[in-house]
Amino acid sequence: MSAAAPLTDDLRSLYQDIILDHGKSPRNLRIVEHHTCKAQGNNPMCGDRVTVTARVSRAGMLEDVAFEGKGCAISIASASMMSEALAGQSAATAKQLFDAVHDLCTGKIEAEHVKAKVPAALGDSIDKLAALSGVRQFPVRVKCATLPWHALMSCLDGKTQATTEK
Amino acid sequence: MNKVDTKVLSYDVAKIRADFPILAREIHGKPLVYLDSAASAQKPKLVLDTMTRALSHDYANVHRGAYYLSETSTAHYESAREKVRAFINARNLKEVVFTKGATEAINLVAAAWGRKFLKAGDEIVLTAVEHHSNIVPWQLLREATGCELRIAPVNPDGSIDIEAFAKVVGPKTKLIAVAHVSNVLGTVLPVQAIADLAHSVGAKLLLDGCQGIVHEHVDVQTLGCDFYVFSGHKLYGPTGIGILWAREELLEAMPPYQGGGDMIDIVTFAKTTWAPPPAKFEAGTPPIVEAIGLGAAVDYLNSIDRAAASAHEHALLRYAMTSLAQIPGVRLIGTAPGKAAVQSFVMDGAHPHDLATVLDRSGVCVRAGHHCAQPLMEILGVTATTRASFGIYNTMGEVDALVAALRKAQDVLL
Repeated sequence: MSAAAPLTDDLRSLYQDIILDHGKSPRNLRIVEHHTCKAQGNNPMCGDRVTVTARVSRAGMLEDVAFEGKGCAISIASASMMSEALAGQSAATAKQLFDAVHDLCTGKIEAEHVKAKVPAALGDSIDKLAALSGVRQFPVRVKCATLPWHALMSCLDGKTQATTEK
Repeated sequence: MNKVDTKVLSYDVAKIRADFPILAREIHGKPLVYLDSAASAQKPKLVLDTMTRALSHDYANVHRGAYYLSETSTAHYESAREKVRAFINARNLKEVVFTKGATEAINLVAAAWGRKFLKAGDEIVLTAVEHHSNIVPWQLLREATGCELRIAPVNPDGSIDIEAFAKVVGPKTKLIAVAHVSNVLGTVLPVQAIADLAHSVGAKLLLDGCQGIVHEHVDVQTLGCDFYVFSGHKLYGPTGIGILWAREELLEAMPPYQGGGDMIDIVTFAKTTWAPPPAKFEAGTPPIVEAIGLGAAVDYLNSIDRAAASAHEHALLRYAMTSLAQIPGVRLIGTAPGKAAVQSFVMDGAHPHDLATVLDRSGVCVRAGHHCAQPLMEILGVTATTRASFGIYNTMGEVDALVAALRKAQDVLL
């Protein structure tokens, strides 16, 4: 960081190290082999697209979650962390986590309270996802963070398209 | 010293800036650096004051009341039309139609002219650089009539190859609809050559002048086009007002676009006859105050040395292109010779949206995204670009502020 260009706190909270790490080196950037569902999310404002694929077992478990797409650091990091957090979780847990992340990004719930809202099985991954709460200071960027989650929800609902207009 | 430099030296940008009240404000505690005039330009005090007076002193509906206020309001509304007519050198006032913007003007031509004169198999030629507003209305027309769209290519530097263009023009071509100046690349299209191509096959030429009229001198009688459209808000005027210019005989031959008050001659339940243009295309109460505001924007532009302003903008562009190219990882998008003061670029490892967010915290407003030109983005092989666009009020210091903010963004994001 150059000393001549101090960062404002809200920029620092938006571009936390974990966001930049996942944004630059996304995990699970691929198509799930033998996926059982696939959905594309579009952000018409910026043209970003993300395609989420998942393989859901008959018992309703997310055996594998991955994504492909191009986008900003926020949307790619969000998709990457989502794919990590949800592998091995149930579809019902995914829905609960979607609601929690949505509330985190829109400022309906504080980061320190989010852990109580999600199943304990998620473990520490919710702590990572809490980094997405930085977008609440940047209203136009909220959709960047929630786009992959909307795509996942569409995917699990058997739809092929997602919109961020919740 | 050459001629251009003399013009730049004679241009007092501080004096121009003083005419734009918003430029004095701060954003996030930093001086506003407004580099998004291609999306919408800021407004001079003359426009603001004229609109306030129109509302607070002279307001009534137009073309209706037989009373003093309505007569005054009508006179101001119609005098705005005359100001625009003179500004673009239209032959007469019938050729100057007020619309709510360039988008509506193109939709008007597609719906009124296109549905009457085009049929299945006819072709419309667009270029690869078009804004969605000069693509989608023609796709709607295609659905309605069965006409087809052909796309003239763009060179990698953003220039238009007129020989390649000529290859998509043929005997079935009925309309060529192209940007005067590209909103993404800044390319000034070879309008005269395109007009010659159009007229050689008996086609009409529509120019989307949203960016063109801002940066270029427009004389509709010498440009060679048949339709010219633009928006007020990019020309330092208000939103909600735009212009369709078309040759009088074309407007005479076109059916109305919308029905309503103000556009009729005689209405009975059996049959209605139309008013002559431009009223035929101005159904309903128009954006009166916005039209008057556009007239004020024209007055303002006539009050400054536009040749010097244009030279200043070109100097800003040259400085920006040189400065941006020196930032490691930055690639300029759109480097056609003679282009207007619009510069897109991409930066390695930094998505335009992330850049725009960080730049905003430095007070620097730029556009990030697809610029309503998704097909062009695909051809350029990018999903989005960052765009700095310059107006008559921008300064060399603002180019420096952009560059400094981009370097800071690299610190944050890379």
